[in-house]
Amino acid sequence: MTTNWKNWISEYGLFLLVAICLISLWEWVVVKGMVPSFIVPSPSKIWHALVENIRLLMIEHVPATLYEVLIGFGISLSGGLLLGIGMYFSKVLEKILYPFLIISQTIPLIAISPIFIMWFGYTIWSKVAVTILIAFFPIVVSTYDGLKSGGQEYRELLMTMGANRWMIFKKVQLPMALPSILSGVKMSVVYSVVGATIGEWLGASEGLGYFSRRMSSNLQADAVFAAIFLLSLMGLLLFLCITFIEKQILKKKLR
Amino acid sequence: MTEVIGLSDLSILRIKNLSFSFNGKSKPIFYQLSMDVKAGEFVSIIGPSGAGKSTLFKLINGLLEPDEGEIQIKGNKSGSRLGSVGYMPQKDLLLPWRTVLENVILPCEILKEDWRKKMPVIQEWLSRFDLSQYENAYPDELSGGMRQRIAFLRTLMTGRDLLLLDEPFGALDSMTKRNMHRWLLGLWGELKKTVLFITHDLEEAILLSDRIFLIKDGRVYERKVHLARPRSTEQIYHSELIEMRKELEKLIHHDN
Ligand SMILES: Nc1ncnc2c1ncn2[C@@H]1O[C@H](COP(=O)(O)OP(=O)(O)OP(=O)(O)O)[C@@H](O)[C@H]1O
Ligand SMILES: [Mg+2]
Repeated sequence: MTTNWKNWISEYGLFLLVAICLISLWEWVVVKGMVPSFIVPSPSKIWHALVENIRLLMIEHVPATLYEVLIGFGISLSGGLLLGIGMYFSKVLEKILYPFLIISQTIPLIAISPIFIMWFGYTIWSKVAVTILIAFFPIVVSTYDGLKSGGQEYRELLMTMGANRWMIFKKVQLPMALPSILSGVKMSVVYSVVGATIGEWLGASEGLGYFSRRMSSNLQADAVFAAIFLLSLMGLLLFLCITFIEKQILKKKLR
Repeated sequence: MTEVIGLSDLSILRIKNLSFSFNGKSKPIFYQLSMDVKAGEFVSIIGPSGAGKSTLFKLINGLLEPDEGEIQIKGNKSGSRLGSVGYMPQKDLLLPWRTVLENVILPCEILKEDWRKKMPVIQEWLSRFDLSQYENAYPDELSGGMRQRIAFLRTLMTGRDLLLLDEPFGALDSMTKRNMHRWLLGLWGELKKTVLFITHDLEEAILLSDRIFLIKDGRVYERKVHLARPRSTEQIYHSELIEMRKELEKLIHHDN
Protein backbone atom coordinates (compact mmCIF):
# COMPACT_ATOMS: atom_id res chain seq x y z
CA MET A 1 0.00 0.00 0.00
CA THR A 2 2.74 2.44 0.99
CA THR A 3 4.83 1.52 -2.05
CA ASN A 4 1.78 2.19 -4.21
CA TRP A 5 1.54 5.66 -2.75
CA LYS A 6 5.24 6.25 -3.24
CA ASN A 7 4.99 5.20 -6.87
CA TRP A 8 2.02 7.44 -7.36
CA ILE A 9 3.78 10.41 -5.81
CA SER A 10 6.95 9.91 -7.77
CA GLU A 11 4.90 9.60 -10.96
CA TYR A 12 2.50 12.52 -10.53
CA GLY A 13 3.84 14.43 -7.51
CA LEU A 14 5.82 16.93 -9.53
CA PHE A 15 2.91 17.61 -11.85
CA LEU A 16 0.54 18.15 -8.91
CA LEU A 17 2.96 20.46 -7.15
CA VAL A 18 3.43 22.65 -10.21
CA ALA A 19 -0.30 22.61 -10.95
CA ILE A 20 -1.13 23.75 -7.41
CA CYS A 21 1.51 26.49 -7.59
CA LEU A 22 0.18 27.73 -10.92
CA ILE A 23 -3.42 27.76 -9.76
CA SER A 24 -2.46 29.64 -6.57
CA LEU A 25 -0.48 32.15 -8.59
CA TRP A 26 -3.41 32.59 -10.95
CA GLU A 27 -5.82 33.10 -8.05
CA TRP A 28 -3.47 35.60 -6.47
CA VAL A 29 -2.96 37.58 -9.68
CA VAL A 30 -6.70 37.88 -10.31
CA VAL A 31 -7.63 38.66 -6.69
CA LYS A 32 -4.97 41.39 -6.58
CA GLY A 33 -6.77 42.89 -9.59
CA MET A 34 -3.85 42.68 -12.02
CA VAL A 35 -6.19 41.15 -14.62
CA PRO A 36 -9.89 42.07 -14.82
CA SER A 37 -11.96 39.05 -13.81
CA PHE A 38 -14.26 39.23 -16.84
CA ILE A 39 -11.19 38.50 -18.97
CA VAL A 40 -9.59 35.86 -16.80
CA PRO A 41 -11.78 34.75 -13.92
CA SER A 42 -10.08 33.39 -10.82
CA PRO A 43 -10.01 29.62 -10.25
CA SER A 44 -12.36 30.00 -7.30
CA LYS A 45 -14.88 31.85 -9.47
CA ILE A 46 -14.62 29.16 -12.12
CA TRP A 47 -15.27 26.57 -9.47
CA HIS A 48 -18.33 28.48 -8.29
CA ALA A 49 -19.64 28.71 -11.85
CA LEU A 50 -19.10 24.97 -12.21
CA VAL A 51 -20.98 24.18 -9.00
CA GLU A 52 -23.76 26.60 -9.92
CA ASN A 53 -24.32 25.01 -13.33
CA ILE A 54 -23.41 21.47 -12.45
CA ARG A 55 -26.91 20.00 -12.75
CA LEU A 56 -27.53 21.54 -16.15
CA LEU A 57 -24.05 20.58 -17.37
CA MET A 58 -24.18 17.01 -16.14
CA ILE A 59 -27.73 16.24 -17.21
CA GLU A 60 -27.79 18.00 -20.54
CA HIS A 61 -24.51 19.19 -21.99
CA VAL A 62 -21.94 16.61 -20.94
CA PRO A 63 -24.04 13.66 -22.16
CA ALA A 64 -24.73 15.45 -25.48
CA THR A 65 -21.05 16.08 -26.15
CA LEU A 66 -20.00 12.66 -24.94
CA TYR A 67 -22.54 11.07 -27.25
CA GLU A 68 -21.16 12.93 -30.27
CA VAL A 69 -17.60 12.10 -29.28
CA LEU A 70 -18.32 8.40 -28.88
CA ILE A 71 -20.21 8.08 -32.16
CA GLY A 72 -17.62 10.08 -34.09
CA PHE A 73 -14.74 8.21 -32.48
CA GLY A 74 -16.40 4.83 -33.00
CA ILE A 75 -16.90 5.48 -36.71
CA SER A 76 -13.36 6.86 -37.05
CA LEU A 77 -11.92 3.84 -35.27
CA SER A 78 -13.70 1.16 -37.27
CA GLY A 79 -13.45 3.00 -40.58
CA GLY A 80 -9.84 4.00 -39.97
CA LEU A 81 -8.74 0.48 -39.12
CA LEU A 82 -10.54 -0.89 -42.15
CA LEU A 83 -9.04 1.67 -44.51
CA GLY A 84 -5.56 1.36 -43.03
CA ILE A 85 -5.64 -2.41 -43.45
CA GLY A 86 -7.16 -2.09 -46.92
CA MET A 87 -4.43 0.30 -48.00
CA TYR A 88 -1.81 -2.11 -46.66
CA PHE A 89 -3.19 -4.96 -48.73
CA SER A 90 -3.95 -3.03 -51.92
CA LYS A 91 -1.42 -0.76 -53.58
CA VAL A 92 -4.18 0.64 -55.79
CA LEU A 93 -6.31 1.59 -52.82
CA GLU A 94 -3.30 3.22 -51.20
CA LYS A 95 -2.47 5.24 -54.31
CA ILE A 96 -6.06 6.46 -54.58
CA LEU A 97 -6.77 7.15 -50.93
CA TYR A 98 -3.56 8.53 -49.47
CA PRO A 99 -3.71 11.87 -51.29
CA PHE A 100 -7.37 12.31 -50.35
CA LEU A 101 -6.55 11.60 -46.74
CA ILE A 102 -3.91 14.28 -46.68
CA ILE A 103 -6.16 16.75 -48.49
CA SER A 104 -8.86 16.04 -45.90
CA GLN A 105 -6.47 17.35 -43.25
CA THR A 106 -5.69 20.54 -45.13
CA ILE A 107 -9.34 21.59 -45.28
CA PRO A 108 -9.98 24.41 -42.82
CA LEU A 109 -12.67 23.09 -40.52
CA ILE A 110 -14.31 26.46 -40.09
CA ALA A 111 -14.77 26.66 -43.85
CA ILE A 112 -16.28 23.24 -44.32
CA SER A 113 -18.55 23.22 -41.30
CA PRO A 114 -21.29 25.37 -42.88
CA ILE A 115 -21.50 22.68 -45.52
CA PHE A 116 -21.96 20.02 -42.86
CA ILE A 117 -24.69 22.17 -41.33
CA MET A 118 -26.25 22.46 -44.79
CA TRP A 119 -26.17 18.70 -45.24
CA PHE A 120 -27.07 17.50 -41.78
CA GLY A 121 -28.78 20.55 -40.27
CA TYR A 122 -28.52 21.00 -36.52
CA THR A 123 -28.73 17.26 -35.90
CA ILE A 124 -26.05 15.31 -34.10
CA TRP A 125 -24.60 14.25 -37.47
CA SER A 126 -23.14 17.65 -38.32
CA LYS A 127 -21.01 17.41 -35.16
CA VAL A 128 -20.19 13.77 -35.77
CA ALA A 129 -19.02 14.70 -39.26
CA VAL A 130 -16.60 17.31 -37.91
CA THR A 131 -15.38 14.82 -35.31
CA ILE A 132 -14.74 12.17 -37.95
CA LEU A 133 -12.91 14.63 -40.16
CA ILE A 134 -10.40 15.19 -37.37
CA ALA A 135 -10.30 11.82 -35.61
CA PHE A 136 -10.19 9.57 -38.67
CA PHE A 137 -6.77 10.63 -39.93
CA PRO A 138 -4.52 9.54 -37.03
CA ILE A 139 -6.08 6.09 -37.02
CA VAL A 140 -5.69 5.44 -40.75
CA VAL A 141 -2.14 6.73 -40.80
CA SER A 142 -0.99 4.91 -37.68
CA THR A 143 -2.59 1.67 -38.85
CA TYR A 144 -1.15 1.90 -42.35
CA ASP A 145 2.32 3.04 -41.28
CA GLY A 146 2.43 0.52 -38.44
CA LEU A 147 1.58 -2.32 -40.80
CA LYS A 148 4.01 -1.17 -43.44
CA SER A 149 7.03 -0.41 -41.35
CA GLY A 150 9.67 -3.05 -40.89
CA GLY A 151 9.29 -6.72 -40.29
CA GLN A 152 10.70 -7.64 -43.71
CA GLU A 153 12.92 -10.32 -42.19
CA TYR A 154 10.06 -11.79 -40.17
CA ARG A 155 7.89 -11.78 -43.27
CA GLU A 156 10.54 -13.65 -45.23
CA LEU A 157 10.99 -16.18 -42.45
CA LEU A 158 7.26 -16.91 -42.42
CA MET A 159 7.26 -17.19 -46.21
CA THR A 160 9.90 -19.90 -46.01
CA MET A 161 7.57 -21.73 -43.62
CA GLY A 162 4.96 -21.66 -46.37
CA ALA A 163 2.77 -18.89 -44.93
CA ASN A 164 0.37 -16.97 -47.15
CA ARG A 165 -0.24 -13.22 -46.97
CA TRP A 166 -3.11 -13.51 -44.53
CA MET A 167 -1.06 -15.69 -42.17
CA ILE A 168 1.82 -13.23 -42.30
CA PHE A 169 -0.58 -10.40 -41.60
CA LYS A 170 -2.09 -12.17 -38.62
CA LYS A 171 1.07 -13.58 -37.06
CA VAL A 172 3.56 -10.78 -37.70
CA GLN A 173 2.25 -7.55 -39.21
CA LEU A 174 -0.68 -6.99 -36.90
CA PRO A 175 1.12 -7.66 -33.61
CA MET A 176 4.01 -5.52 -34.79
CA ALA A 177 1.68 -2.67 -35.77
CA LEU A 178 -0.33 -2.79 -32.56
CA PRO A 179 1.73 -0.24 -30.56
CA SER A 180 1.57 2.22 -33.44
CA ILE A 181 -2.15 1.69 -33.93
CA LEU A 182 -2.82 2.18 -30.25
CA SER A 183 -0.97 5.48 -30.10
CA GLY A 184 -3.02 6.61 -33.11
CA VAL A 185 -6.15 5.62 -31.24
CA LYS A 186 -5.07 7.64 -28.21
CA MET A 187 -4.53 10.73 -30.34
CA SER A 188 -7.79 10.16 -32.11
CA VAL A 189 -9.88 9.98 -28.94
CA VAL A 190 -8.51 13.31 -27.74
CA TYR A 191 -9.09 14.89 -31.15
CA SER A 192 -12.65 13.56 -31.06
CA VAL A 193 -13.43 15.81 -28.10
CA VAL A 194 -11.95 18.77 -29.96
CA GLY A 195 -13.95 17.89 -33.07
CA ALA A 196 -17.25 17.57 -31.26
CA THR A 197 -16.68 20.91 -29.51
CA ILE A 198 -15.91 22.71 -32.75
CA GLY A 199 -18.98 21.11 -34.30
CA GLU A 200 -21.11 22.44 -31.47
CA TRP A 201 -19.63 25.91 -31.72
CA LEU A 202 -20.73 26.06 -35.32
CA GLY A 203 -24.31 25.17 -34.66
CA ALA A 204 -25.98 23.21 -31.91
CA SER A 205 -28.66 23.39 -29.29
CA GLU A 206 -26.87 21.46 -26.59
CA GLY A 207 -23.42 20.25 -25.58
CA LEU A 208 -20.44 21.78 -23.84
CA GLY A 209 -19.34 23.66 -26.96
CA TYR A 210 -22.79 25.18 -27.32
CA PHE A 211 -22.87 26.04 -23.60
CA SER A 212 -19.49 27.76 -23.67
CA ARG A 213 -20.47 29.74 -26.75
CA ARG A 214 -23.71 30.95 -25.17
CA MET A 215 -21.89 31.89 -21.97
CA SER A 216 -19.22 33.79 -23.85
CA SER A 217 -21.82 35.87 -25.62
CA ASN A 218 -23.22 36.62 -22.13
CA LEU A 219 -19.66 37.63 -21.12
CA GLN A 220 -19.72 34.96 -18.40
CA ALA A 221 -16.05 34.02 -18.66
CA ASP A 222 -16.19 31.90 -15.51
CA ALA A 223 -18.84 29.62 -16.99
CA VAL A 224 -16.89 29.34 -20.24
CA PHE A 225 -13.86 28.24 -18.27
CA ALA A 226 -15.99 25.75 -16.35
CA ALA A 227 -17.06 24.18 -19.64
CA ILE A 228 -13.46 24.10 -20.85
CA PHE A 229 -12.48 22.40 -17.61
CA LEU A 230 -15.10 19.70 -18.18
CA LEU A 231 -14.04 19.24 -21.79
CA SER A 232 -10.41 18.67 -20.94
CA LEU A 233 -11.45 16.39 -18.10
CA MET A 234 -13.49 14.39 -20.63
CA GLY A 235 -10.53 14.17 -23.01
CA LEU A 236 -8.28 13.11 -20.17
CA LEU A 237 -10.63 10.38 -18.96
CA LEU A 238 -11.12 8.99 -22.47
CA PHE A 239 -7.35 9.01 -22.97
CA LEU A 240 -6.88 7.11 -19.71
CA CYS A 241 -9.52 4.60 -20.81
CA ILE A 242 -7.60 3.85 -24.00
CA THR A 243 -4.33 3.66 -22.08
CA PHE A 244 -5.92 1.13 -19.77
CA ILE A 245 -7.21 -0.95 -22.68
CA GLU A 246 -3.80 -0.67 -24.34
CA LYS A 247 -2.13 -2.07 -21.24
CA GLN A 248 -4.56 -4.99 -21.18
CA ILE A 249 -3.99 -5.79 -24.86
CA LEU A 250 -0.23 -5.46 -24.69
CA LYS A 251 -0.09 -7.54 -21.54
CA LYS A 252 -1.99 -10.30 -23.28
CA LYS A 253 -0.65 -10.15 -26.80
CA LEU A 254 2.59 -8.22 -26.63
CA ARG A 255 3.21 -8.08 -22.93
CA MET B 1 4.21 -30.19 -62.55
CA THR B 2 6.54 -32.13 -60.33
CA GLU B 3 8.90 -34.81 -61.42
CA VAL B 4 10.15 -37.33 -58.92
CA ILE B 5 13.42 -39.08 -59.44
CA GLY B 6 13.66 -42.76 -58.58
CA LEU B 7 14.34 -43.90 -55.03
CA SER B 8 17.87 -45.03 -55.83
CA ASP B 9 18.79 -41.35 -56.06
CA LEU B 10 19.15 -40.18 -52.50
CA SER B 11 20.03 -36.56 -53.26
CA ILE B 12 17.86 -34.39 -51.07
CA LEU B 13 19.20 -31.26 -52.71
CA ARG B 14 20.57 -30.99 -56.21
CA ILE B 15 21.70 -27.74 -57.76
CA LYS B 16 22.56 -27.78 -61.46
CA ASN B 17 24.34 -24.99 -63.34
CA LEU B 18 22.91 -22.29 -61.13
CA SER B 19 23.57 -18.72 -62.22
CA PHE B 20 22.36 -15.76 -60.28
CA SER B 21 22.93 -12.04 -60.10
CA PHE B 22 21.04 -9.34 -58.24
CA ASN B 23 19.11 -7.07 -60.58
CA GLY B 24 21.17 -4.27 -62.01
CA LYS B 25 24.46 -5.83 -60.99
CA SER B 26 26.59 -6.96 -63.89
CA LYS B 27 28.82 -9.27 -61.89
CA PRO B 28 27.00 -12.53 -61.17
CA ILE B 29 27.14 -13.90 -57.62
CA PHE B 30 27.03 -17.46 -58.94
CA TYR B 31 27.98 -18.72 -62.34
CA GLN B 32 27.15 -22.30 -63.39
CA LEU B 33 27.32 -23.57 -59.84
CA SER B 34 26.41 -27.19 -59.12
CA MET B 35 26.21 -29.18 -55.92
CA ASP B 36 24.63 -32.28 -54.57
CA VAL B 37 23.66 -33.08 -50.99
CA LYS B 38 22.66 -36.54 -49.84
CA ALA B 39 19.99 -37.24 -47.27
CA GLY B 40 21.43 -37.36 -43.76
CA GLU B 41 24.55 -35.38 -44.58
CA PHE B 42 25.89 -32.49 -42.55
CA VAL B 43 27.43 -30.02 -44.98
CA SER B 44 29.13 -26.80 -43.99
CA ILE B 45 29.40 -23.85 -46.32
CA ILE B 46 32.31 -21.52 -45.84
CA GLY B 47 33.70 -18.65 -47.84
CA PRO B 48 34.79 -15.05 -47.59
CA SER B 49 32.29 -12.42 -46.55
CA GLY B 50 30.11 -11.37 -49.47
CA ALA B 51 30.78 -14.58 -51.40
CA GLY B 52 27.07 -15.28 -51.56
CA LYS B 53 26.51 -17.89 -48.87
CA SER B 54 23.33 -16.31 -47.52
CA THR B 55 22.18 -15.68 -51.08
CA LEU B 56 22.58 -19.38 -51.84
CA PHE B 57 20.28 -20.20 -48.92
CA LYS B 58 17.68 -17.74 -50.14
CA LEU B 59 17.82 -19.36 -53.55
CA ILE B 60 17.37 -22.82 -52.05
CA ASN B 61 14.48 -21.86 -49.78
CA GLY B 62 12.63 -20.07 -52.56
CA LEU B 63 12.91 -16.45 -51.46
CA LEU B 64 14.99 -15.84 -54.61
CA GLU B 65 14.72 -17.40 -58.06
CA PRO B 66 17.76 -18.41 -60.11
CA ASP B 67 18.46 -16.67 -63.43
CA GLU B 68 19.52 -19.97 -64.96
CA GLY B 69 19.87 -23.56 -63.88
CA GLU B 70 17.74 -25.51 -61.48
CA ILE B 71 17.37 -26.30 -57.82
CA GLN B 72 15.74 -29.60 -56.93
CA ILE B 73 14.61 -30.46 -53.45
CA LYS B 74 13.79 -34.17 -53.08
CA GLY B 75 13.64 -34.35 -56.85
CA ASN B 76 11.05 -31.59 -57.20
CA LYS B 77 12.12 -29.60 -60.22
CA SER B 78 9.45 -26.98 -60.51
CA GLY B 79 6.90 -25.15 -58.42
CA SER B 80 7.62 -22.87 -55.50
CA ARG B 81 10.25 -24.05 -53.06
CA LEU B 82 8.75 -21.86 -50.32
CA GLY B 83 7.74 -24.05 -47.43
CA SER B 84 9.81 -27.04 -48.51
CA VAL B 85 12.89 -26.55 -46.31
CA GLY B 86 13.52 -25.46 -42.75
CA TYR B 87 15.35 -22.13 -42.77
CA MET B 88 17.11 -20.55 -39.82
CA PRO B 89 18.29 -17.03 -40.70
CA GLN B 90 21.40 -15.53 -39.20
CA LYS B 91 19.46 -13.42 -36.71
CA ASP B 92 17.30 -15.58 -34.47
CA LEU B 93 14.17 -13.56 -35.41
CA LEU B 94 12.19 -14.80 -32.44
CA LEU B 95 8.88 -12.96 -32.12
CA PRO B 96 9.34 -10.90 -28.94
CA TRP B 97 5.63 -10.94 -28.07
CA ARG B 98 5.50 -14.74 -28.03
CA THR B 99 6.75 -17.05 -25.31
CA VAL B 100 9.36 -19.70 -26.03
CA LEU B 101 6.67 -22.32 -26.56
CA GLU B 102 4.61 -20.01 -28.77
CA ASN B 103 7.67 -19.25 -30.87
CA VAL B 104 8.48 -22.92 -31.24
CA ILE B 105 4.99 -23.86 -32.42
CA LEU B 106 4.84 -21.03 -34.98
CA PRO B 107 5.60 -23.34 -37.93
CA CYS B 108 2.83 -25.69 -36.78
CA GLU B 109 0.38 -22.79 -36.65
CA ILE B 110 1.32 -21.77 -40.15
CA LEU B 111 0.97 -25.28 -41.51
CA LYS B 112 -2.39 -25.40 -39.67
CA GLU B 113 -1.28 -28.45 -37.73
CA ASP B 114 -2.93 -29.24 -34.44
CA TRP B 115 0.01 -28.51 -32.16
CA ARG B 116 -1.95 -29.44 -29.06
CA LYS B 117 -2.01 -33.02 -30.24
CA LYS B 118 1.73 -32.87 -30.81
CA MET B 119 2.33 -31.40 -27.36
CA PRO B 120 4.02 -34.50 -25.86
CA VAL B 121 6.47 -34.56 -28.76
CA ILE B 122 7.09 -30.83 -28.44
CA GLN B 123 7.66 -31.19 -24.69
CA GLU B 124 10.19 -33.89 -25.37
CA TRP B 125 12.06 -31.68 -27.82
CA LEU B 126 12.01 -28.77 -25.40
CA SER B 127 13.68 -30.89 -22.76
CA ARG B 128 16.17 -32.24 -25.26
CA PHE B 129 17.04 -28.63 -26.08
CA ASP B 130 17.31 -27.82 -22.34
CA LEU B 131 14.43 -25.36 -22.66
CA SER B 132 11.79 -27.06 -20.53
CA GLN B 133 11.95 -24.63 -17.62
CA TYR B 134 11.73 -21.68 -19.98
CA GLU B 135 8.77 -22.59 -22.16
CA ASN B 136 6.71 -19.73 -20.75
CA ALA B 137 9.54 -17.18 -20.70
CA TYR B 138 9.85 -14.45 -23.30
CA PRO B 139 12.86 -14.31 -25.64
CA ASP B 140 14.22 -11.06 -24.21
CA GLU B 141 14.63 -12.76 -20.84
CA LEU B 142 16.98 -15.38 -22.25
CA SER B 143 20.64 -15.63 -23.14
CA GLY B 144 22.02 -15.63 -26.69
CA GLY B 145 22.71 -19.36 -26.60
CA MET B 146 19.18 -20.14 -25.48
CA ARG B 147 17.70 -17.90 -28.14
CA GLN B 148 19.74 -19.69 -30.80
CA ARG B 149 18.49 -23.03 -29.52
CA ILE B 150 14.90 -21.81 -29.65
CA ALA B 151 15.38 -20.63 -33.23
CA PHE B 152 16.95 -23.98 -34.05
CA LEU B 153 14.07 -25.88 -32.49
CA ARG B 154 11.60 -23.69 -34.37
CA THR B 155 13.39 -24.60 -37.60
CA LEU B 156 13.14 -28.25 -36.63
CA MET B 157 9.41 -27.90 -35.97
CA THR B 158 8.83 -27.14 -39.63
CA GLY B 159 9.13 -30.89 -39.95
CA ARG B 160 11.24 -30.53 -43.08
CA ASP B 161 14.05 -32.97 -43.78
CA LEU B 162 16.46 -30.39 -45.14
CA LEU B 163 17.54 -27.63 -42.73
CA LEU B 164 19.41 -24.51 -43.81
CA LEU B 165 21.21 -22.91 -40.87
CA ASP B 166 22.80 -19.52 -41.56
CA GLU B 167 25.59 -18.94 -39.03
CA PRO B 168 23.47 -20.30 -36.18
CA PHE B 169 26.27 -19.93 -33.65
CA GLY B 170 27.80 -16.81 -35.18
CA ALA B 171 26.74 -14.48 -32.39
CA LEU B 172 27.98 -16.66 -29.55
CA ASP B 173 31.14 -16.39 -27.47
CA SER B 174 33.55 -19.29 -27.81
CA MET B 175 32.58 -20.94 -24.51
CA THR B 176 28.87 -21.01 -25.31
CA LYS B 177 29.67 -22.06 -28.85
CA ARG B 178 31.71 -25.00 -27.60
CA ASN B 179 28.75 -26.07 -25.47
CA MET B 180 26.46 -25.81 -28.46
CA HIS B 181 28.85 -27.99 -30.48
CA ARG B 182 28.91 -30.60 -27.75
CA TRP B 183 25.17 -30.50 -27.58
CA LEU B 184 24.67 -30.68 -31.35
CA LEU B 185 27.14 -33.54 -31.81
CA GLY B 186 25.32 -35.46 -29.08
CA LEU B 187 21.98 -34.81 -30.74
CA TRP B 188 23.03 -35.51 -34.32
CA GLY B 189 22.48 -39.28 -34.21
CA GLU B 190 18.81 -39.02 -33.31
CA LEU B 191 18.07 -35.87 -35.34
CA LYS B 192 17.79 -37.69 -38.70
CA LYS B 193 17.94 -34.54 -40.76
CA THR B 194 20.05 -33.14 -43.55
CA VAL B 195 21.81 -29.94 -42.62
CA LEU B 196 23.43 -27.15 -44.62
CA PHE B 197 25.36 -24.99 -42.24
CA ILE B 198 26.95 -21.62 -43.02
CA THR B 199 29.83 -20.65 -40.80
CA HIS B 200 32.91 -18.45 -40.65
CA ASP B 201 34.51 -20.74 -38.11
CA LEU B 202 36.64 -23.37 -39.85
CA GLU B 203 37.13 -25.37 -36.68
CA GLU B 204 33.39 -25.57 -36.28
CA ALA B 205 32.93 -26.54 -39.93
CA ILE B 206 35.39 -29.41 -39.68
CA LEU B 207 34.17 -30.64 -36.32
CA LEU B 208 30.52 -30.82 -37.35
CA SER B 209 30.52 -31.70 -41.05
CA ASP B 210 30.72 -34.66 -43.35
CA ARG B 211 31.64 -32.36 -46.20
CA ILE B 212 32.66 -28.75 -46.54
CA PHE B 213 31.81 -26.53 -49.49
CA LEU B 214 33.94 -23.48 -50.00
CA ILE B 215 32.21 -20.80 -52.03
CA LYS B 216 34.50 -18.31 -53.66
CA ASP B 217 34.27 -16.12 -56.73
CA GLY B 218 30.98 -17.69 -57.73
CA ARG B 219 32.34 -21.22 -57.69
CA VAL B 220 32.26 -24.05 -55.22
CA TYR B 221 35.10 -26.26 -53.96
CA GLU B 222 34.46 -29.37 -51.97
CA ARG B 223 36.39 -31.12 -49.16
CA LYS B 224 35.45 -34.28 -47.32
CA VAL B 225 35.99 -34.59 -43.56
CA HIS B 226 37.25 -38.03 -42.61
CA LEU B 227 36.35 -38.12 -38.97
CA ALA B 228 34.30 -40.99 -37.60
CA ARG B 229 31.06 -40.36 -35.75
CA PRO B 230 30.14 -40.01 -32.96
CA ARG B 231 32.53 -37.10 -32.56
CA SER B 232 33.54 -35.12 -29.55
CA THR B 233 34.58 -31.51 -29.19
CA GLU B 234 38.03 -32.69 -28.01
CA GLN B 235 38.83 -33.70 -31.56
CA ILE B 236 39.61 -30.14 -32.60
CA TYR B 237 43.07 -30.77 -31.15
CA HIS B 238 43.77 -33.74 -33.43
CA SER B 239 46.61 -33.16 -35.85
CA GLU B 240 44.56 -34.18 -38.94
CA LEU B 241 41.99 -31.61 -38.04
CA ILE B 242 44.60 -28.93 -37.64
CA GLU B 243 46.11 -29.90 -41.00
CA MET B 244 42.74 -29.61 -42.64
CA ARG B 245 42.20 -26.20 -41.15
CA LYS B 246 45.49 -25.00 -42.60
CA GLU B 247 44.53 -26.32 -45.99
CA LEU B 248 41.13 -24.63 -45.93
CA GLU B 249 42.63 -21.36 -44.81
CA LYS B 250 45.02 -21.50 -47.75
CA LEU B 251 42.12 -22.21 -50.09
CA ILE B 252 40.15 -19.25 -48.84
CA HIS B 253 42.95 -16.73 -48.92
CA HIS B 254 44.88 -17.70 -52.04
CA ASP B 255 43.76 -17.39 -55.61
CA ASN B 256 43.95 -20.54 -57.65
N1 LIG C 1 19.19 -7.80 -51.73
C1 LIG C 1 20.38 -7.59 -52.34
N2 LIG C 1 20.47 -6.76 -53.40
C2 LIG C 1 21.65 -6.56 -54.03
N3 LIG C 1 22.79 -7.13 -53.66
C3 LIG C 1 22.78 -7.98 -52.60
C4 LIG C 1 21.56 -8.24 -51.88
N4 LIG C 1 21.86 -9.10 -50.88
C5 LIG C 1 23.18 -9.36 -50.97
N5 LIG C 1 23.73 -8.69 -51.99
C6 LIG C 1 25.13 -8.77 -52.42
O1 LIG C 1 25.41 -10.09 -52.75
C7 LIG C 1 26.68 -10.48 -52.30
C8 LIG C 1 26.56 -11.72 -51.47
O2 LIG C 1 25.85 -11.46 -50.30
P1 LIG C 1 25.59 -12.55 -49.19
O3 LIG C 1 24.81 -11.92 -48.10
O4 LIG C 1 25.02 -13.75 -49.82
O5 LIG C 1 27.08 -12.86 -48.71
P2 LIG C 1 27.57 -13.84 -47.58
O6 LIG C 1 28.49 -14.81 -48.21
O7 LIG C 1 26.42 -14.41 -46.84
O8 LIG C 1 28.42 -12.87 -46.67
P3 LIG C 1 28.58 -12.88 -45.07
O9 LIG C 1 29.57 -13.96 -44.78
O10 LIG C 1 29.15 -11.54 -44.76
O11 LIG C 1 27.26 -13.12 -44.46
C9 LIG C 1 27.25 -9.30 -51.54
O12 LIG C 1 28.16 -8.65 -52.38
C10 LIG C 1 26.06 -8.40 -51.30
O13 LIG C 1 26.45 -7.06 -51.37
MG1 LIG D 1 25.59 -14.13 -44.86
